[in-house]
Formats: sequence, C-alpha cells, structure tokens
Amino acid sequence: MSLVNFTTREITCKIVYYGPGRSGKTTNLHYIYGRVPDSRRGRMVSLATQTDRTLFFDFLPIDLGQISGFSTRFQLYTVPGQVYYNATRRLVLQGADGVVFVGDSQARQLDENLESLQNLQSNLLEHGVDIRTIPLVLQYNKQDLPRALILSPADLDDALNFRGVPSFSADALHGKGVFETLKGISELVLKKLAAGTAA
Amino acid sequence: MTSALNPKYSFDTFVVGAANRLAVTAGRTVAESPGAAYNPLFIYSGSGLGKTHLLMAVGHAAKKAAPKLNIEYLTLDEYVEAFHASVAAGQGDAFRRRFQNVDVLLVDDVQFLTNRKEMQSELLRLTEALQAAGRQIVLTSDRPPPDIADLDERLISRLSGGLVVDMGTPDYETRVAILRRKADERGARFEPGVLETVAQAEVGNVRELMGALNRLVAFQAVNDTKINAETAKQILGLTGEGGAAATSGDGRASAAKGGGGDEFGEFLADVTVTVGKAVEAWRARVGEAVLRWEGEGYRTHRLEALLQRGAPGAVDEAIAAFAEDVERLKALEAEVADLDPQAAGQSVFRDPERLSEAEEAAGKVREGAAPPPGPSAAFPLAAFAVGPSNQVAVSAARAALERPGKKYNPLVLVGKSGLGKTHLLNAIGLELARGKRAVVACLSTQAFIDELIAAIDGNRMDWWRARYRRATALLLDDIQLLTGKERTQEELFNLFNLLQDKDRQLVFTAPAHPNTLSGLEERIVSRLEGGLVAELKEPDREVKRAVLERMLSQQGVNPEPALIDYLADRPTDSVRSLVGLLQRVVGAAAAQDGPLSAGLAREVLEGQSPRDTRRSSGFRTSGLVVSSLGGIKSREKVVWDWVDVADRMIEEFR
Repeated sequence: MSLVNFTTREITCKIVYYGPGRSGKTTNLHYIYGRVPDSRRGRMVSLATQTDRTLFFDFLPIDLGQISGFSTRFQLYTVPGQVYYNATRRLVLQGADGVVFVGDSQARQLDENLESLQNLQSNLLEHGVDIRTIPLVLQYNKQDLPRALILSPADLDDALNFRGVPSFSADALHGKGVFETLKGISELVLKKLAAGTAA
Repeated sequence: MTSALNPKYSFDTFVVGAANRLAVTAGRTVAESPGAAYNPLFIYSGSGLGKTHLLMAVGHAAKKAAPKLNIEYLTLDEYVEAFHASVAAGQGDAFRRRFQNVDVLLVDDVQFLTNRKEMQSELLRLTEALQAAGRQIVLTSDRPPPDIADLDERLISRLSGGLVVDMGTPDYETRVAILRRKADERGARFEPGVLETVAQAEVGNVRELMGALNRLVAFQAVNDTKINAETAKQILGLTGEGGAAATSGDGRASAAKGGGGDEFGEFLADVTVTVGKAVEAWRARVGEAVLRWEGEGYRTHRLEALLQRGAPGAVDEAIAAFAEDVERLKALEAEVADLDPQAAGQSVFRDPERLSEAEEAAGKVREGAAPPPGPSAAFPLAAFAVGPSNQVAVSAARAALERPGKKYNPLVLVGKSGLGKTHLLNAIGLELARGKRAVVACLSTQAFIDELIAAIDGNRMDWWRARYRRATALLLDDIQLLTGKERTQEELFNLFNLLQDKDRQLVFTAPAHPNTLSGLEERIVSRLEGGLVAELKEPDREVKRAVLERMLSQQGVNPEPALIDYLADRPTDSVRSLVGLLQRVVGAAAAQDGPLSAGLAREVLEGQSPRDTRRSSGFRTSGLVVSSLGGIKSREKVVWDWVDVADRMIEEFR
C-alpha cells in the first residue's frame, strides 16, 4: 500500500494498535473517536464478541483534510489480543505503516506483554517487515491503577523497550496519553515518508 | 485623467497558478497580437486576485511588443468622469475621437456600469467602433457580464462575444510562490516553514495574503528576531481555531463540542507540521518548478516523475538539468523562429523529454532554411564595361556598395533590354555578398513570384517571409513583372519596408522609370522613386570598345584595331545586340578558318564581299562565281568548302 501518493496528492497512514488482550487497544480508539470532530471521522467499525472482546478488528478512519496540499487520512486498526486470533492479527498487520504497541502496565501481565511483542515481531516478519525498520511506539497503559499493581514506565522500559523506541505512559480510559501516543507514531510514520522509504 | 501603468504590474511579477493560468495565457496572447485573438477579452474574478495586475501586464507587454501602440488604461470611474467632463465642456465628440484612436484599451472595474445607462450605451458604441477598427479591448470586472446588474442586453452579448475568463483563488502552491516572491521583493528572510504556514491559511484573496505577510515583516523588523512557524501562527492568530488554519471551520465545531477538541486539534497541528516538514522540503521545490515551467508552457513529465519517486534523491540537480534543457529548447526555438516561424510552434520545442528530437527538428529547419537565391557569379563587377552612357548607374552602384543601405536605398537601375542591367545588378549582389554574414537575395522578379506562389501553395508563408527577412540585401531583376501580381506587390511592400528600416540595401531593375510602369501599385512606385533611379543609356563607343575587347580577349583573339573600330561604330542600340554582331563575325571567321578582320566583319554584317578582302583572306571556293545578284547574303547559303572531288563532280555535272 502506498503511503504517499503524489499524483493524487494523498497521504494515507495505516496505524495498527497491537498488544496483548485486554491491554486497552480498543479503548484507545474509542477515546480518539470521541475527540475527532464528526466531519473528520468515518464510522468506527468494531466487531466484538458478546463479552466485548475484539473479535476481528476495530477500524477508525480519520480524515485530517488538506495538509500541505495533501489530503491526509489516518486509518487506525486494532488487532484482537487473544493468542488464538493470530491469523487475524497477521491479516490486519498487512501494509501497516506504523505500529502502536499497547502494553498492560500491570506487573502480572508482563509475560503477556513480552509474548505479544514477540508475536508482533514474527507476524511482521511473515510480511517481510523487520520490526527494527517499521515505525513503532510503546504505550504503557493503565498507569492509573494503584502503584502496587503496576510497573513504573521506567521499569517497563527496561523490560520491554529494548529497542529504545518512543514510549508513552497512558490511561486510555480517561484519555491520558492517548493522543500523545498517536502523535508519536504519526511523527515516526511521516518522518519515514520524508526519508523517502515510504512508498 | 488616464492612469499610468504601474511598472510593478507586469507579467514577470505575476505568479501563475492553476487558478489564473487561462486568464494569463489569454492576456499574453492579446498583448502579442492586439485585436487579433480575443476581442474583447473580459476577465473577472473576486477582489484582490490580480485583475488590475493582469490588465496592466497586458498593457506593458503590448507596449513592449509594439512601442508605437497607443495604450490607455483607466478604470470605469475615470472613464465616466472623463466623459462627464468632456460633455460639460461641450467636447463630447473630442472625447469619442480620443478613445477611438486607442490601439489597446484597458478598462478596469466594469461592474460599476450598473445603473449607468448613458455610459453603457457609450461603452457599447466604443466597443463596436474599436472592434470594427481591429483594436483591442480588455475589460475586468468582479463578475461575469450577465451578472452585472441592469446591464444592457446588447452590451452583455458584445462583451461576452470575445473571451470571458475568470481567475479563481490561488491554490496552496501558488500561495507559497506568491509569498516567496513578495518576501523576496521586500528583502525579507523567513525561517523555513514560516511562509508555508502563512500559505496554509485559507484566504479569500491575495491581498489578505499580503496583509498577513506584511504583519510578519513588520513584526520581524520591530522585534529584530527571526520568526519561526509557531510564532507566525500566533502573530496571525491561526492557532486559536483548532490549532490548524486548514481546519478552521471544523476546529470551531469541535471546540464547541466541549473542550475535547483540543487534543485532536493539537494532534492535527503536529501532523501538519510534520507533514509540512516532510513534504515541503523537496516536494515543494519540485512542485514549484513544475508550476513554473508549466506556466511557461513546457511539459514537465520529468519533474512530475520525480514526485512519483519515494526518495528525494538529487532533486536540485534534476531541476537544474531540467532548467538547462528548457534553456536549450528556448535557444533552439528562438533560432528556428528566426528561420521558420511556423516550425517554431512545434510541440517538440516545449518538451524537454524530446530535446534530441528538438535538436533534430532545428537541424532540419537549419538545412531547410536555404538562403534566398543569390547573385550569379557570371557577372563580376570587373567585367562590366563602363562608359559615359552608364557612368551614372555605375558610380551609384559603387556608392551603394561603399555604404550599403545608407546612400542610395533603394537603387533602381532603368534602361532598355540588353544594356547590362542584369549584369550590374548581379555585380552589386556579388560585391555585397563578400561582406561578413551577408545574405544577399538576388533573383529575377519572376523567380520571386514563383517562389511566393509555391510558398502559398505549400502553406509556408511564414517560412518564406522569414527567409527573405533575413536577407541583408534584396536585389530584384525586372521589377515590371510585378504588374498585376497584387499579392507579390503586397509582400514586397512589407519586405521592402522591413529591410529599408534595417538599412539593408535594395536594388531593382526596370525597363523604364518606375512611374511609367503600369500595373505597379502607387505605394511601391513611390518607394522605388524614394531612392535613386539611375538610367543606363544606349552604349557609347567607349563601352562598346570595352565590351568588344573583353569578349575577344576572352576568346584568346588579338583582333586588329580596325575590326574593333568598325564594330564599335556600327549602330547598335544595346550591348546585347553588339555581342550578337560580334558572335556572327566570330562564327563566320571560325567557319572559314580565317582570321577575324574588319573586312570579314563588313562582309558578314553588310552582305558585301569586297574583292580585296576576299583575296587577301585567301579562302577557297568551288570555282563558281558567287553572284552578288544571287541574293547570297547569308553565310549559311554560301558553301565555302567542298569536301571531296566526287561532290565537286556532281556539282559540276549539274
């Protein structure tokens, strides 16, 4: 998929929210959805199970309008976090321009986080993408939980962020850090465009 | 009363974008050939989008192309005022006359015609008069003619009859280009991204844009600090509404939704800056280059292809190379336009991708643009016999050669047939052709007419004209053949004026004084008379002797003086008939294998065969006495040599 089309003057960024189940990916999208003006957003598509778990994926198109003469669109996707939906995850990852890894800050979820991160790496590799080259940011969600239950962003950085990508602490439910994360990944994606390897 | 054209408002300072390209092209066309293309040209656009600029640019360009043109620029209000003033002074007719003599009339702000019936009819009348006289009218308004309230139907149809073209608001790229140019003009330097930020503001017209720029310039001057994109936004008040000017409308809506809009707005602003940085840097440069060259009418596939590429690569080098190619194309086109204006219009000269083809085409034109026919080398000036009878013409020719185009221009050689007009004409041509870069057109009028007909037939008039216009001298033989050839006279007239203006020598020959030639247009005759008409008279003895001596010495004969005297004394009315006489004598001498002598000449030319001459020449006969009464005068009938005995026998038998 072409990120920047100079003939039609369009920029389209596909950003995938990745992470273990129940880490708050869909919550991120919901928050963003709530903040984007009606005219700028498409219908959010959400396929969920009865227990409100993401079954297939969430999709939120955002139209940023004309930027520097380019009509700019963002497409935000989430993947189902549960381990057994790997085929779906792989499908959604296809053609992603950037990945937001939404980690669960709870101490007991650390292993799931690591597992999911490894899963991301292998799924990207299936698409022939090296995780070191794709724009990636980490979000440490649920930082609003009691200190006792969670790891600090610094600890999480030590545990998860061995590649040294930008990381954001967040409370997706209340919106803290959501847009910072989105900005972070957008910047990386768009900078890659500037580097000229985007097409 | 009439405003002067503001020198700042020219095509050079007009930024062309998609929104105004058509209008600018139409304006340029009109300026190049007033009255010929779109008449009237009606330009409309919202306020502050460059109507007045374009209108004045048309005026400037027209003036530049033809300095003698009478160009008037005025706003409708000025026109109305002038009219009222002249009516009040009882000079209404003078007013009308004044505007009817204008070659290019530029009227600004025509929309104020609303509710001015008398001005409408005045303008209608003027428009009709100017159109009929082939003079150009360009009008501007803030709306198309049918939308001007209360406008006379006839005026609407009259104004819409030429070309009605509108100019829209400039797009982002054009805005950036305008800002850069204006900032340059003011000598203001901004950090990268500042002008782009200003351009992102959706403005209704260029004046607002200028206003924004002025604020920045002023701010920068006052504070003596460089403004960055962020500060610029603050200064211009672009940050308040959703963070990004591009989304001002929606930003307001989301802000109203209750505080939450900020996050998205900030996000948008961030993305805008990032995209701006990413896209602007090199894409914008390429985009600008594309716009620029497109505006000048060149194909920009190569640059567009550059945009398709992911990586920026050596963009500047590519643009420079492109510009270089375009320059080369321009040079080629200019060269070709000189040789063959029609060929210069080829699209190949507008496509840098086809530079090699353009080179080829130019090469072809170069080959095809053979210089016009030159003088014949058979008539050198040295071989022209001079005597009192043609002294005037020859010295005029020499004077013309000394200072071509300045002394006697045109030089008309008149005289009867066979006096050496053609010889002298070609001799002048040969001398002129010695000059550096001389292109001497020297041909007979008949050939001139034939070429013209062929050019008309082949639809190559431009080529034909260009070919002769390049000539540094034009020499036409037998100008009387122009009689009745109206088109040729027309073309010659134009060519004549053009060449004479450039001080290029013109020489013509005619059998008699130009004003006695029938069928020649008065304007041509008067121009021919304007130079020097030099007559060649019947050859005098001196000329004849010179001609004879030269002819004979050319044939390697050393004739006896008596022969030359005899021939020179014979009454001949032209050099040509003298040459004819000599030919006869020489032929006779050759036939009898004898020497040339006055006696032989007398015998041949007068049909007498004086005995002494015959004896002395010692030729053989058959023995038959040739009776002078037998009417044998012509040497063809005299058998001088009997080939063998058998023939003689038969002859004697009879």
